[in-house]
Amino acid sequence: MTALLRHVAPAERISSTSFSEASARTRVELLLDPGSFVEFIGPEKREISPHLRIFDLPEQFDDGIVVGHGRLDGSPVFIAAQEGRFMGGAFGEVHGAKLTGLLRAARQIRSTPVLVLFDTGGVRLQEANAGELAIAEIMRALMEARTAGVKVIGLIGGRSGCYGGGGLIAGCCSALAVSEPGRIAVSGPEVIETNRGVEEFDSRDRALVWRTMGGKHRRLLGAADVFTDDTMQDFREAALDLLGLVGTFGLDKLKAEQMRLGDRLRRFGACEDAVDIWTADGIAHAETVPELSADQFIALANRIGRTSRDAR
Amino acid sequence: MTLDNILASLFPDGHDVRNVNGVIFGSAMLRSGARTLVIGVADRTAVGVDEAIRLSGHVLDSLDQGSGPILILVDSDSQRMSKRDELLGLNEFLSHLAKVLIYADINGRPTIGLLYGHSAAGALLATGLATRVLVGLPGADPAVMDLPSMAKVTKLSIETLQEKAKSTPVFAPGLSNLARMGAVHVVWNNAAPLADQMEALLADMPAVHDRRDALGKERGGRLKAADIAERVRELALQTR
Amino acid sequence: MEDLSFQHRVRGRAGGSRQNALVGVVASGNLEVLVERTLPDAECRLEIKTAAVGFGEVWTAVIGDFVERYSPGGLRFSINDGGARPDTVSLRLAQAVRLIEEDGQ
Repeated sequence: MTALLRHVAPAERISSTSFSEASARTRVELLLDPGSFVEFIGPEKREISPHLRIFDLPEQFDDGIVVGHGRLDGSPVFIAAQEGRFMGGAFGEVHGAKLTGLLRAARQIRSTPVLVLFDTGGVRLQEANAGELAIAEIMRALMEARTAGVKVIGLIGGRSGCYGGGGLIAGCCSALAVSEPGRIAVSGPEVIETNRGVEEFDSRDRALVWRTMGGKHRRLLGAADVFTDDTMQDFREAALDLLGLVGTFGLDKLKAEQMRLGDRLRRFGACEDAVDIWTADGIAHAETVPELSADQFIALANRIGRTSRDAR
Repeated sequence: MTLDNILASLFPDGHDVRNVNGVIFGSAMLRSGARTLVIGVADRTAVGVDEAIRLSGHVLDSLDQGSGPILILVDSDSQRMSKRDELLGLNEFLSHLAKVLIYADINGRPTIGLLYGHSAAGALLATGLATRVLVGLPGADPAVMDLPSMAKVTKLSIETLQEKAKSTPVFAPGLSNLARMGAVHVVWNNAAPLADQMEALLADMPAVHDRRDALGKERGGRLKAADIAERVRELALQTR
Repeated sequence: MEDLSFQHRVRGRAGGSRQNALVGVVASGNLEVLVERTLPDAECRLEIKTAAVGFGEVWTAVIGDFVERYSPGGLRFSINDGGARPDTVSLRLAQAVRLIEEDGQ
């Protein structure tokens, strides 16, 4: 597939490639201006996880994340992309440290924005303590970068979604774009079912999973600022739009977020299902939202108009 | 130690800290005469949307009206695992709490976490791990991931996991493991007055700079994180 | 995990000018191949770490075919394998050679 597509013109390739199906490397290559990407500590450096061998598990040369520098529409950007197929895109020691280092540099430079392409189940169990701490360090570095004026844009549309600590990092970003396959949550469906029982959450009910955690609900709720179709071209445009829209971070944003989230609890806190929330939000025939095409849904979301841009 | 004992030992000059449904809130007088905001989670309460927004609200109010350090006491469950919490966007509420704590710390309100009981996963990220200094009390039993859950996912027996945990602090629960990773800066002595140890910490507060990866390297718990982060940082700076 | 290593004499140097390339990911039934232009022109080396233990003979056959067909002289292949089938291995090896034979970098 990849080999065949290489002979297709770049413009056609970016609009015909699905974000969710592409590898992290292909996402980076197609999102940025052609040929502009330079990787930091690439796979040839073989900086693998020092912990997976304890569990007799295979390693990956980049530990499941690609970080580096490139250009987006001519302007410099830092970029990080998680590989959701390796260990579910989970955060381990090396994986996380690469993103921490990138954000620390962005904080110093101030003017170069950061794109984070999430695709993660959260903390990597086999190195749980290192992964949890890596997420804490990333959140700290991300907020220090934003405080220094850096824009950090999260793009969520991978098959592993954005779960666990990944969801918390996403919540720290200046803005998020999400597609239908992108799910954002802390506890995954299986985790809730295991801990609370199938009556609380049936993880095999895919429609329930999608309307509770999926991109459409997150967009309507205001958790994500942009809903996009699942092509590399759409994600590239979403990233450019958001870079042009987000403002500087400060205490006013945190106060606005407190109001925004408090308002959400007051309005929707008693709702039992996403459809109830959408109905309470004034959407007619809310039960049809999951079936809407991307274009139909984007029109609806824009009419509702709720974003978190000035309140996160 | 119980919450009441901890508060009495920390603040012999008095405090008005209350525990309401597992959410701790109040203020106390420090030895120096300064007041400190005290928030936290008690009784192994899960941190869901309702708890998180109360905690972040207390910190934001204090940023407007108060001064001095912020202490966050932690004896929590993990994040509340429920349909309702995820439906309402728990990740945003937990992030918001962490962001408020980090913002406060950067802007003249140094944050100290005191882990005196349990905590796990998203709850720990939004509370203790979002502070500048995380202190552990003997007997605290944080668990990023519990061994039975790990055994289920890794398909290894608990005995096998316990055996592996002897050679590495990287995955198994426990305060000492988190200390070796650099997550917990110091473990206090609960036989000595906590007020003295608090005073010593405040007198020698580390700079606003996340050194947890370097600490993990010094303690032999995380040998690669600090070096990898530093190498990426330097490579990225060269693109200027 | 099992480590395997193969060394072959080959007819000639692989084309192109790239110094390294990577294809694939490590997942169940999949593998990553890192290829680097670091050896003398008439040599080829493959180092494999595989999660599927006991398939040395299959690897020997797959790699023998690959070397015969592509003559990947001067190339060192490092493979992390999550237990891929032989046809997937052959595909990834071919993709890796094609990628490093492209111009640029």
